[in-house]
Amino acid sequence: MARFEIHVTYKKGIFDPPGATAERALVNLGYEEVASVKIGKYIQLEVADGTSETRVREMCDKLLANPVIEDYRIERVGEA
Amino acid sequence: MRFGVVIFPGSNCEQDAVHAIRHLGMQADYVWHGDTDLAGYDALVLPGGFSYGDYIRCGAVARFSPVMAEVVRFAERGGPVVGICNGFQILAEAHLLPGALLRNRGLKFICTTVDLRAEESACQWLDRAPGTVLRVPINHNEGNYICDEQTLERLQGNGQIVLRYCEPDGSRAAGGSAPNGALDDIAGICNERGNVFGLMPHPERVVDPLSGGTDGQHFFTAIARRLAEVS
Repeated sequence: MARFEIHVTYKKGIFDPPGATAERALVNLGYEEVASVKIGKYIQLEVADGTSETRVREMCDKLLANPVIEDYRIERVGEA
Repeated sequence: MRFGVVIFPGSNCEQDAVHAIRHLGMQADYVWHGDTDLAGYDALVLPGGFSYGDYIRCGAVARFSPVMAEVVRFAERGGPVVGICNGFQILAEAHLLPGALLRNRGLKFICTTVDLRAEESACQWLDRAPGTVLRVPINHNEGNYICDEQTLERLQGNGQIVLRYCEPDGSRAAGGSAPNGALDDIAGICNERGNVFGLMPHPERVVDPLSGGTDGQHFFTAIARRLAEVS
């Protein structure tokens, strides 16, 4: 099996309410150095050996991410 | 006049929609999401709920239900389709309507009744004069409408913004009147042709006066009148 890790985050300029809330909470807890928190999704994908990144990209565009509001980053992390 | 009300696994407003339509003297049937035959329906309703548990993103999985390919064909032929709440999210995920619906700005699930202003639009599902204020319930966690600037300009220019959240007198507050943070106070939009309509509020819940109002009637009667005119 091949393994991929996918990080999905909001596009720049899209307001991320959970991130903004975590940011405020951290500052309130005394972590005044916190300037920004963005919260996204982390997906672990196991696929048949030889699956191309193009194919994984297709899965992201179709289902795992919404290109209207989200960016994603794919990383091949080796064969499982 | 026969409406098809699609049930996805996790839909929960389909009975309200069917009741509303029948209350207005029209016919309504349930359509299972696995069905692919929409023959005989004059209009389709994608109801509210939590299709597929809202997993991945609201509407992201329902969009690939077998019935959806037929819904897209129906819409492309000019057939009237309305998506209410989760149904709106499904239409956006299916790219039948532009933009997306994000988590409410205040992070809270909002369940209340709002004032909506009918806008000058191409929407076939609304026949109220622009500026008319309607009171309709909302009930959602992801109703914060967003799209890019070019899309917003296009929506404004084409008369695709159908409903905006507003104050009781129809005005819009300086800081925005949308309780969920929606861009430009957008509560409902349609496609360019005006046959596909998506809105976060629930008109089906204010059709029968027993449920506290009748402002939701307009949407169903408008499309019925329109279909009667063209047939």
